[in-house]
Amino acid sequence: MPEVKVFVTLKPTLLDAQGRVVQNALHALGYDNVKSVRIGKYIVMDVGGDPQRVARDVKEMCDKLLANPVIEDYRFEVGE
Amino acid sequence: MKFGVVRFPGSNCDQDAYYVLKDVFGVNVRYIWHADRRLDGVDCVILPGGFSYGDYLRTGAVARFSPVMQAVQDHVDKGRFVIGICNGFQVLCEAHILPGALMRNMGLKFRCRQVFLRVETNDTPWTCATTEGRVLQIPIAHGEGCYVADEAVLDTLEQEKRIVFRYCNAHGEVTPASNPNGSMRNIAGIVNEGRNVLGMMPHPERASEAILGSEDGRAIFESIIQSIRKEGVAA
Repeated sequence: MPEVKVFVTLKPTLLDAQGRVVQNALHALGYDNVKSVRIGKYIVMDVGGDPQRVARDVKEMCDKLLANPVIEDYRFEVGE
Repeated sequence: MKFGVVRFPGSNCDQDAYYVLKDVFGVNVRYIWHADRRLDGVDCVILPGGFSYGDYLRTGAVARFSPVMQAVQDHVDKGRFVIGICNGFQVLCEAHILPGALMRNMGLKFRCRQVFLRVETNDTPWTCATTEGRVLQIPIAHGEGCYVADEAVLDTLEQEKRIVFRYCNAHGEVTPASNPNGSMRNIAGIVNEGRNVLGMMPHPERASEAILGSEDGRAIFESIIQSIRKEGVAA
């Protein structure tokens, strides 16, 4: 059964308050080379069906529920 | 006149809303279970505060697909009244009944305290019994109340006078310091295009009796009761 990995992140135009706090913490640890931190969600699913059908279904799932298109972007990978 | 308070798993302001309508305002009110598919002729639906479905995934994201929400959508389409308070506002945004979204508070903290709101318009069924520019003291209690929308949507809301409440200070001045959660343009509450749906983060049901520190929330309930009376009892 194909394993699907979905990555959901805030749109780049929105300030990611959580990411900013973590970025500051990394700077405090001395990692001055960290230019940006964005924190998102990682969803792993086992989805039955041929990869083409799975890809179509997962796109629908993202648009309907897994991501909010008003504030978030998503991408996903369909495994073997 | 009949009000209906929807109960999702995890709603926790449902009893407050029910109590205020029944005991403070003396109107007919009933609970509506999230699995119900009918609203049984209520005039106004209240989507209460709380943490529906544990706020899993995103606030309101799962509640939006509850069976009752199709009935709520039909109610909205008929021009009937719906108010979403706090989590209810989040549900209405997720359902695309109201534009925009509510994100994690800018300060990352759950804020539970009294705030001041300026009434930006009384040209809504929710504020018709009050005056523009009036300052209301009503508490907030949320971790995800930062209202965001793209610039075009915000401009449309401004032009159509659909921003109903903005966070302000005690003098009614809308300032960055009076914004408790980072909401764009200090937005605390908006209506839909038809003005029959209001979403707001603050809790008017917690500010309807003097013993609780403020009665300013009454303005919203008095307005909607007046609006329902004006349009006649439910068909």
